[in-house]
Order: sequence, then C-alpha cells, then structure tokens
Amino acid sequence: MAEQRSGIGAGAALLAAIPLVLLIGLVAWLFSDGAQGLFATDLPPVEKIDVMRHVLAPDLIHLDIVNSGPDPTTVAQVMVRGAFWFHEVTPAREMQPLQTARVTIPFPWNEGEPVEVVLLTSTGLTFDHEIEVATVTPGITAASLSRFALLGLFVGVIPVALGLTWFPFLRRLGTRGLGFLIHLTVGLLAFLVVDAMFEGFEAAHELPSIYHPQALLILGFAGAWAMLTGLQLRGSGGGGGTTNGVRMAWLIALGIGIHNLGEGLAIGSAYVLGELTLGALLVAGFALHNATEGIAIVSPILSQPGNQLSRLIGLGALAGGPTILGCWIGAFTYSQFWALLFLGIGSGAIVQVVTSILGSRPLRSSLSPLNLAGMLTGYLVMYATGLLVGAA
Amino acid sequence: MSTKFAERARRTLGVGMAVLGIGLLAAAVGFAATTSGQAGHEAMLVGLGGLDLTPYRNTTVGDVGTDRFDPDAYLTDTLDSRTELLEDGRVLRIFEVEVVNKEIEIAPGVYFPAWTYNGQVPGPTLRAREGERIRILFTNVGDRPHSMHFHGYHSFEMDGAMLHQQVPPGGTFVYEFEADPVGMHLYHCHATPISQHIHNGLYGLWIVDPKEDRPPARELFMMMNGFDPNFDEENEIYSINTVAYHYKRHPIEVRQNELIRIYVANITEFDPINSFHVHATFFDYYPTGTQLEPRDFTDTIIQGQGERGIIEVRFPHTGDFMFHAHKTEFAERGWMGLFRVLPDEDGDG
Repeated sequence: MAEQRSGIGAGAALLAAIPLVLLIGLVAWLFSDGAQGLFATDLPPVEKIDVMRHVLAPDLIHLDIVNSGPDPTTVAQVMVRGAFWFHEVTPAREMQPLQTARVTIPFPWNEGEPVEVVLLTSTGLTFDHEIEVATVTPGITAASLSRFALLGLFVGVIPVALGLTWFPFLRRLGTRGLGFLIHLTVGLLAFLVVDAMFEGFEAAHELPSIYHPQALLILGFAGAWAMLTGLQLRGSGGGGGTTNGVRMAWLIALGIGIHNLGEGLAIGSAYVLGELTLGALLVAGFALHNATEGIAIVSPILSQPGNQLSRLIGLGALAGGPTILGCWIGAFTYSQFWALLFLGIGSGAIVQVVTSILGSRPLRSSLSPLNLAGMLTGYLVMYATGLLVGAA
Repeated sequence: MSTKFAERARRTLGVGMAVLGIGLLAAAVGFAATTSGQAGHEAMLVGLGGLDLTPYRNTTVGDVGTDRFDPDAYLTDTLDSRTELLEDGRVLRIFEVEVVNKEIEIAPGVYFPAWTYNGQVPGPTLRAREGERIRILFTNVGDRPHSMHFHGYHSFEMDGAMLHQQVPPGGTFVYEFEADPVGMHLYHCHATPISQHIHNGLYGLWIVDPKEDRPPARELFMMMNGFDPNFDEENEIYSINTVAYHYKRHPIEVRQNELIRIYVANITEFDPINSFHVHATFFDYYPTGTQLEPRDFTDTIIQGQGERGIIEVRFPHTGDFMFHAHKTEFAERGWMGLFRVLPDEDGDG
C-alpha cells in the first residue's frame, strides 16, 4: 500500500512538472532575442510612480516612492511649490518595476501649510504628491510612544472599558431584555462592518493599483471569516449555551480588537499625515462610538453566574488594547497595504460573530418586533455617534 | 470547554501580540536607521552667520551634455550661408534649412521629443543685411506637414502660413524675399495645430542688420522659451535657449564696461507673457530693433509671445550677476542665468 502510493506520487510529480516546464520554457522564449520585438511598439514606455509615504523633518522632506508601472522609470528632477529643487534619490534614480526609492529634499517648508511635490521623469511625465498640512513627522521616542499610547487609550481602551461597566445593570435584564440587547449588538456590529468595508474600498484608491487593493481587502475579510468559522466549528464539539456565551464574548472581543487595530492605524496615520486634527470633539466622538462596543462584548455572558471581573478585564484588553498598537503602527510605519488588510480582517471577524449570533437562534425570534427594534437601535446608535467622528 | 477555548484565545492573542511587538520593534529600528542615515549626507553649504543653506537651493540637479546642443555656442552662432551676386549688383544669400524630429535634453536627465530646424531648438539664427535677396532651400524630413513663416516683408506666396502652403513630409520649398525691414525678427512653423508646432521647437531668430553696422559690441542671441513635457498645456520648464539653468551652471563671461548687445525674443507657448531682467545695471532697449535710437532705459522688459528686441548693456561692476524672468515662477522653473563680469582688459576694475 505504502509502496504503491509513493509510486503514484513520483508519477504524479512528473505529470505535474510537465506544464510547469512548458510554462517556464514559454516565458524564457518570450524574453529571448528570438522573440524580441514580437509585441514591441513604438509607444513611449508606460511610467507610473506612486508616493507611499512622506516623512517631514525640519527643513527636510522625504518621499518613499515605488515604480508601480511596467517599465523602468527614472526620476530626473523634483519640483517643490512649482520650483525645481535640490534633492537626492537613494538608492538610484532609475527604478525597475516595483522597486522603491527614497527622495530626500532639503526644503524650508512652513508648519501647517500645504506643500506640493512633483516628480519629473526622464520622459517629462509628472507625478504629484500633495502634503495637505506640513508638520514634523514624529520619530520613535519615549515621548511620542507615550503620546500615541495615550491617544489609543482614550479612543479605544477607556471607552470599551466604560462600556463594560454596564455589565451589572445589564445582568438584571430579563430574557426579553437580553434578546433585545443581543440584537442591539448585531446592529452595532453590522454598522462597523458596513462602515469599515466602504472606508476600505475608498482607501483602496490610495494604494497603487499594482497591489490590487480591493482584492487585498477581500482577502482579509474572507480569510478572517473563514478562519474564525473553522476555529469555532472545531471548538464546538458539544457544550451548552453557557459555554457558547463565553466563547461568543471572546470572539466578539477578538473581532472588535482587530477592528480597533485598523481604526488605530487610521487614526495614527491620519494624525501624522496632518489629515486629522485631534480636537476634544473627535476624541469624545470616538469614545462614545467605542463605548457601545463594550455592550456588544458583554451581552453574551450576562447569564453567566458569579463574579466575572477578571474575564471582563481580559475581554476589554483584547477589544480595546489593539487600538494603542494600531496608533503606533499607523503613526510610525504607516502603510496603506497593512491598513487595508486590517480593515478587511476586522470586518471578516465581525461578520463571523454576527452570523454566529444569528445562527444560534431561530430566525423567527431574531425578526420579532422587539429584536428588530434592537438591531435598528444598535445601527442607529453607531450611526449617530459616528457623526461625531466625521471622516475618520 | 469554555475555559479551553478562552485559554486558546489567550494563547493565540499572546503569540499575536509577541509577533506584532517584534514587527514593531524591527520597524522602529529600520525607521531610526533611515532617518539617521540622512543627516550629514550632503556637505553643508554655509552662508552668512553660519546659516546652513542646504534647504534653500532652487535648482535642477546634474548637468546637460552639450553634444546634442550647446547653449554657449547658440549665443553667437549664425547659420552658414553662401552668396551670389545678382545681375543688378545685389547680394543673393542662400540658406539651407530642414525640419527633422530629434530628441533633446531640456533639463538634466529630462528628454523631449522635439521637432527641430536643423536638429536644434531654437533653430539656427539666420542673419543677413538690409536689402539682400534671401533664398531658403527648405526640406521637410519630418513626419507631418511643416513650413517656415518669416516676420518681415514678403509676397503672399512666401508667407508659409496658409494650409495649402504647408510642405508635406519629404517635400521641399524655396522661400525667397528681401531682407526687410532692418531689425530683430523671428521665423517659425505655421502648420496646424500651430501652438504644438511652435511649442515642439520650430522657431528661430531672423536678424536683418542695417546697411551701416551698429556700434561694435559683444553680441549674444537669447530665446526665451518653455516646455510642457507632460502635455498638459502648461509649461513645466522655462529657459533661455532651451536648457533650464544652463547659464546659471555655466555663467556667461563678459568684461566690465564692455558693450554687450543682446538680441532677445520670447516664443514661450501657453503663457501670455515672459520677461527679461538683469541685475546691477540698466540697459538701452530697442523694441524689434527697427529703430536705431533706444526707446527705453530700464532693467526689465516684458514681451508677449513673438515680441522681441535688442538690449545694449554694460556692467560697471565685476562679479556674478543674475539675469532672469521677473515672472519669478519662470525663474524658479529654469529661466535664470548669470553674467560673470570680469575686470576689463586694462585691469583697472
């Protein structure tokens, strides 16, 4: 039996290799001298440069750029505020497709003003990058780390923890009240998914198309959903409603945690890029918005007996803590690539939670007037608090 | 079951946090390395009071090779011609001009697919004396219709402007007219779309000298032009004689108190005006060069597209003096040069 299997394996490997060898041969031939000119045209090369990130220091502008076109492209000159300006490009002005470089421009930019930088290629094409509000990009210091940690604490951790303090009150609700609350949670979570996914599709335009940003977002979404569903199926060999409730709480906390990681990323980077002014109103908006997430987490474990303080702390840390991490990543190493992926993962995780909640009870019960009102209320609460957050 | 799951979740979370932590640390180290690597990369330029001048350099980076086109040679070169004596005793001056497509370098490392007269932008300077008979043997080696349209007196047949007067690719034409009037003129292609034919490089100076020479002087030819290499109908690059900042990198050397005669024209496409300003001196200005008396004494002139004139200037002081468009937007995009004024021959500067 074992021998036969290995025999088939070797034969199968050979069969599998044939198309690969043919494919490699085809590609090699296309790049050979014989095939040169087969698809050549007189059209000028297709040039595309994308600016991934800018970093500002006093009298200094850095741009991290990528050649996102199919042909080699050379950055010949740089203009700032419409004027040619001295600069350096490292490691090289000529960039192969997908190759990155850093443009360093000593320029006396003014705090708080917009600055436009134009890259002029060797063929005279221009690629613009608008720095909407110039401000020094924070480096990693103890001060900046604690500053962004504080930001994460205020918009993520504290609000979720505050939401959790509803726990003693919520425990006193009857069955109908609990049902309402569970469906309120569904509404809250549904809003988060809708909001995050549309934000993701919007942000996708900022990532070079060569990275297929929409596909990346869906990868995060579907991947997270499938993995968490698999995890849940493996974990649920039997058990009663009580254990399911605890597991559900952890899953909701995890989903919201990943979501908040993405939210932290967006806040941190927007702040650094000068696209976001963090006023009291905005922080308050985020706090209200995220406090409702606490209700979502505790609703499945309300019927659990006994003191659950340590569990609540753990749930709160899992849901809120990643906001701090997100703020750090967003502020110091912002990448639209990771931001999109996390938006997708967070949404996928939350959808998994929503489908679990709805799947664990009869549809007829979920669509009762009271529970429908719960879902609508949850969605509207998020919508209303979201108004305070605005574009962020 | 619940504790098992919670345990697993905590463990997963722990591992996840550790991975993210390591990633963050690595990113921090990388970020610190890239930012610290920039300091002291470039030798510091020091100004008054020890000021670091590094951030203030409004310039292109690098230089342009002069093997394709030498702006220094353009300052003084005129197109070679041969002459014959006509029966009535007048001089017949014969030029040969062809239109040819050629890639030119308009700023260091920036290449532009130009349409040129005789392979250069601006086209060669044609110069003759008042009253001479001019004959231009014109060949179109380009890939679309082109022409030569001269400013000056000529017959309808020689105007080169109407659609039916455009010379097809591979075609030839002979332009013939009198060198008249005296002055500083232009020639350019008049094929459609005309803004494209002019912008792409089909223009040059046409100078008619008076019968009696102007006073002896150091003579320089300057064409104010611009380029729109990304074809958005706005110029990215402005220059005097095509190459951005060429005379800033390579100052024009002149002598103190020497009479300098600059034939300056504006052909800049897309913008309504251009201007010429020189530092530390004033000049006589002869618009279009048609009168032998100056009309203005100034240090700044404005020219619309196609306008031109003659400047006569002396520098009383030695040193490096800027000349540039006083439309500072153009100066910031390449239209700036330097006169390097050296002590006069007697050395009493």
